[in-house]
Amino acid sequence: MSKLILKTEGDTHVVVTRHFDAPPEAVYRAHTDPKLIQKWCLGPEGWTMPVCINEARPGGKIRYEWAHPKQGGGFYLTGEFIELKPYSKIVHVERMHLPDPTPDNQIETTFVPEGSGTLMTMRMTLPDEKTRAAMLATGMERGMEASYVRLDNIMLGLEQSVPRAVNQ
Amino acid sequence: MQVDLNSSFAALADPTRRAILARLALGEATVMELAKPFEMSQPAISQHLKVLEDAGLIVQRVDGTRRPRRLANAGLEAMDQWLGMLRKALEKNYDRLDGVLAEMQSEEKRKTR
Repeated sequence: MSKLILKTEGDTHVVVTRHFDAPPEAVYRAHTDPKLIQKWCLGPEGWTMPVCINEARPGGKIRYEWAHPKQGGGFYLTGEFIELKPYSKIVHVERMHLPDPTPDNQIETTFVPEGSGTLMTMRMTLPDEKTRAAMLATGMERGMEASYVRLDNIMLGLEQSVPRAVNQ
Repeated sequence: MQVDLNSSFAALADPTRRAILARLALGEATVMELAKPFEMSQPAISQHLKVLEDAGLIVQRVDGTRRPRRLANAGLEAMDQWLGMLRKALEKNYDRLDGVLAEMQSEEKRKTR
């Protein structure tokens, strides 16, 4: 069973929701304390975050840098905080550098008590429909390229489950 | 019709081609319309479109002098698969966060004991 819900809303939004078995204060801290962010915000297996700047105050800077021992290159994300309401709401803007910067993505993250845990809702707003489409296809999950390392395995599974492709 | 999965995935390995597919998921578009948001020349886009067409991910139709492209069924499935991988990477992050939160909670308990 998957707890993550990822959906598009209107023309320019992407909304991600997820429940956590911890109170909003803890989930909020895990999103604003660099030492904690470096433990989980890593994308696919094998990536690390050697640089994590997270100045959790209005106007504060965000900079995450990812690296992979075998992939070289790496990429980074920069952003700025707009509003913080401990421990219920974070509004910030971010962009990926691949290495060219992607258009700004404004994200409002809310943490609402749900049972003994927290419902987190991340609402992203992109400049326009085409940017959203391009983001979903390229920029949103840095490190998606790394997934190709594992694609061979996925393809093996696929080839066993569908009629084999005809080789010309 | 048989779809060659190897060429589908090779076609998807390029970020521009993934973005073109994502754009076509919103509806059909001509080469000119596709070239605009990507800030690429029309010949460069045409080259990408040829790869996608050869892989069976998109099809074109004739409309007077226009040749609008749209996603083929295989293209839709490929996009779904791509979004599935994106989802998985996000899920991976949050599964790790579950572990971090559990650690924080047990530390908290130790302190208040």
